[in-house]
Amino acid sequence: MSKITCQCGHENPYGTELCEQCGRPLSEKAKESDIVDMRYEGSSRRSQTYKSSIVDKIWNFFSSVKIGVGIIAAVLIASAIGTVFPQKFYVPASTDAEYAEYYERLYGVVGKIYYQLGFYDMYNSWWFKVLIGMLATSIIIASIDRVVPLYKSLKKQRTRRHPSFMKRQRIYGEGTIENTAESFAKAEEELKKMHYNVKTENGAILAEKHRFSRWGPYVNHTGLIIFFVGVLLRGIPGFYVDEAMWIREGETRNIVGAPGYVLENKGFTLENYTKEEAEEVFGAALDKVGSIVKTYRTDVTLYKEKEGSLPGSDNLEKVEDYAIVVNKPLKFNGYNVFQMDYKLDELKTMTFHLVEKSSEESLGEFTVDLSNPEKKYDLGKGASVNMLGFYPDYDGIKDGEPYSKSPVPNNPAFIFQMNTPEKPEGEKSFVAIRQTLEVEQNDYAIKFAAAETRNISGLTIRKDKTLYILLLGGLVFMIGVIQGMYWQHRRIWIQEGADGQVLIAAHTNKNWFSLRKELDKLRESTALPAYKDRQDPELDKPEQEGDEEIWT
Amino acid sequence: MVKKKNKKTIRLISRTALLLILAAIIVYAITSKDKVKVLAEGDKAPDFELVDLEGNAHRLSDYKGQGVFLNFWGTWCPPCKKEMPYMEDLYKDFEAKGVHILTVNVGEPKVKVELFRDDMNLTFPMLWDKNKTVMDLYNIKPLPTTFLINPEGKITRVIKQGMTKQQIVDYLESIQPK
Repeated sequence: MSKITCQCGHENPYGTELCEQCGRPLSEKAKESDIVDMRYEGSSRRSQTYKSSIVDKIWNFFSSVKIGVGIIAAVLIASAIGTVFPQKFYVPASTDAEYAEYYERLYGVVGKIYYQLGFYDMYNSWWFKVLIGMLATSIIIASIDRVVPLYKSLKKQRTRRHPSFMKRQRIYGEGTIENTAESFAKAEEELKKMHYNVKTENGAILAEKHRFSRWGPYVNHTGLIIFFVGVLLRGIPGFYVDEAMWIREGETRNIVGAPGYVLENKGFTLENYTKEEAEEVFGAALDKVGSIVKTYRTDVTLYKEKEGSLPGSDNLEKVEDYAIVVNKPLKFNGYNVFQMDYKLDELKTMTFHLVEKSSEESLGEFTVDLSNPEKKYDLGKGASVNMLGFYPDYDGIKDGEPYSKSPVPNNPAFIFQMNTPEKPEGEKSFVAIRQTLEVEQNDYAIKFAAAETRNISGLTIRKDKTLYILLLGGLVFMIGVIQGMYWQHRRIWIQEGADGQVLIAAHTNKNWFSLRKELDKLRESTALPAYKDRQDPELDKPEQEGDEEIWT
Repeated sequence: MVKKKNKKTIRLISRTALLLILAAIIVYAITSKDKVKVLAEGDKAPDFELVDLEGNAHRLSDYKGQGVFLNFWGTWCPPCKKEMPYMEDLYKDFEAKGVHILTVNVGEPKVKVELFRDDMNLTFPMLWDKNKTVMDLYNIKPLPTTFLINPEGKITRVIKQGMTKQQIVDYLESIQPK
């Protein structure tokens, strides 16, 4: 791969279209073209040149804009397909068979195919992640491949260009003027007034402004990459937590997703608006729906493991009391605990009487706390009740024993031993809701008297350290967009040829209309040859939209 | 010419490096879970301290240099109940051989656990995870779940189902100090 030496003596990298310094067309394509392709300054895009090794081939693949657009299209189409039916997360099922059944039942054959192709959990599928990864790769490589040569050639550009470069510009003019030196001095002054950076080199002027606009797309891509990095960081432990938990009133529980912290639920409150206080605002609505919730509140105490103690030990220190209400989360150490859900009226305690069957006389009552029952309840006067068995979620007899199907007190059952002065050896009784079983005929019985209930709070635990990274990514993205959209890179070349002819040429990456307006303004005060817009010769015609190249 | 060759090598290396980094990131993104880190075989078993039903504190680190058979269970779970007598039969023998059976109840009412123990005549220490801290730490989903922890404190195996007596023997032997 040899370098291309231009007639001006400058060495250009292989694959260069236009000499980096003087602008002479070097490739056959550039030589034949009428208006030269100014994208990337006719520089040698690296991807276009080296095609030797497999690494270079992969590199070139990702560098291609066509491939990039293809990947974007694939991501868009895939993302759209993922929204057709609900994703796995929103489906009330837990096993594969249940998922399959759900999609087939609700959406028929299409649903079945949707499930089988893995679209039901698309955003977590390996191929979707690969697509996103390829998009990121494409953005990075395509940007590197373009920004480096573009930067180099803009940096190396010389003030005096070869006439063959000038002639191939879209805006070009030539002619003789009376006092060249004077006109050039005037032009320099006028261009500076129009905020151009002006460089001169014996009989040649290069006026340039807003070159930074050319970096807009790359700044934009940097923002996207920062955004991707933020999303990626969410997968690393410690950066992102999004968990949910149920906690009963009176329960003290480890906070899911926040190691080292323990939460006590001191009470859940659900308050409705009363007719009196809300008549003015909600009066009509209250009449219609009956009740409107005013507050969902969980009163909690936060505890923290003491320094140096191990998880699970009771070595806790109180951090604070707090009332969590909707949108006022408990905040600690980067975590937010939100009020999210609730369940009302789970059984909390049950109160029983010990009754003599014949006389129906009560020997006393006792209360069983279902989350912390006791082994023995002393009723006084020589009577007591022993707890022999406790089945919080009784579900019939299995293998000759009462069976509890969960630890939740949905349907509590007990085996009690009733000790009384008359029967000191005790009588056994199995007590469930609306059911009593006795092994032998008992003289005494346990009678249900009352129950108390409690509520359960549903809390969500969130922590997101990536939020500011995402924000930064979005900000950089927007800066890039603005930079590339609202400014245009304009250049005007004016030079005196060997034969005394004055050549004028101009280029912009977009908004040619404004460039022509500036040229016209320049020509009003300065004697310069007339120019022609060779792509749009009707100069009076306003610039049409559509020549903006988002990729340059 | 030397310079050019160098440039080519540098380009090849830098391109390869960038592509490999990007590929590694993609592989990482696919394999990593969004959820809290799940303990896997080969990880260090996180230390904890729990009291048993008698109120004696047990630390996992107390058993350093010995094998630990860490079993999470609940009274309502039939397979948990089934393997309890096996552990009862084996725990003394293996304690002498340097393997400890630690069972952790996942925060049920204490009386319920005591009734269960008395009912089944179990004599090994039963740790009581009142606040479900250790359960969350070990990310326990199905019950029973058993962790085999070798004398170096590494998890050698996670068993998420009930076991036969012979399996328990094999597992206990696998973490016996040499």
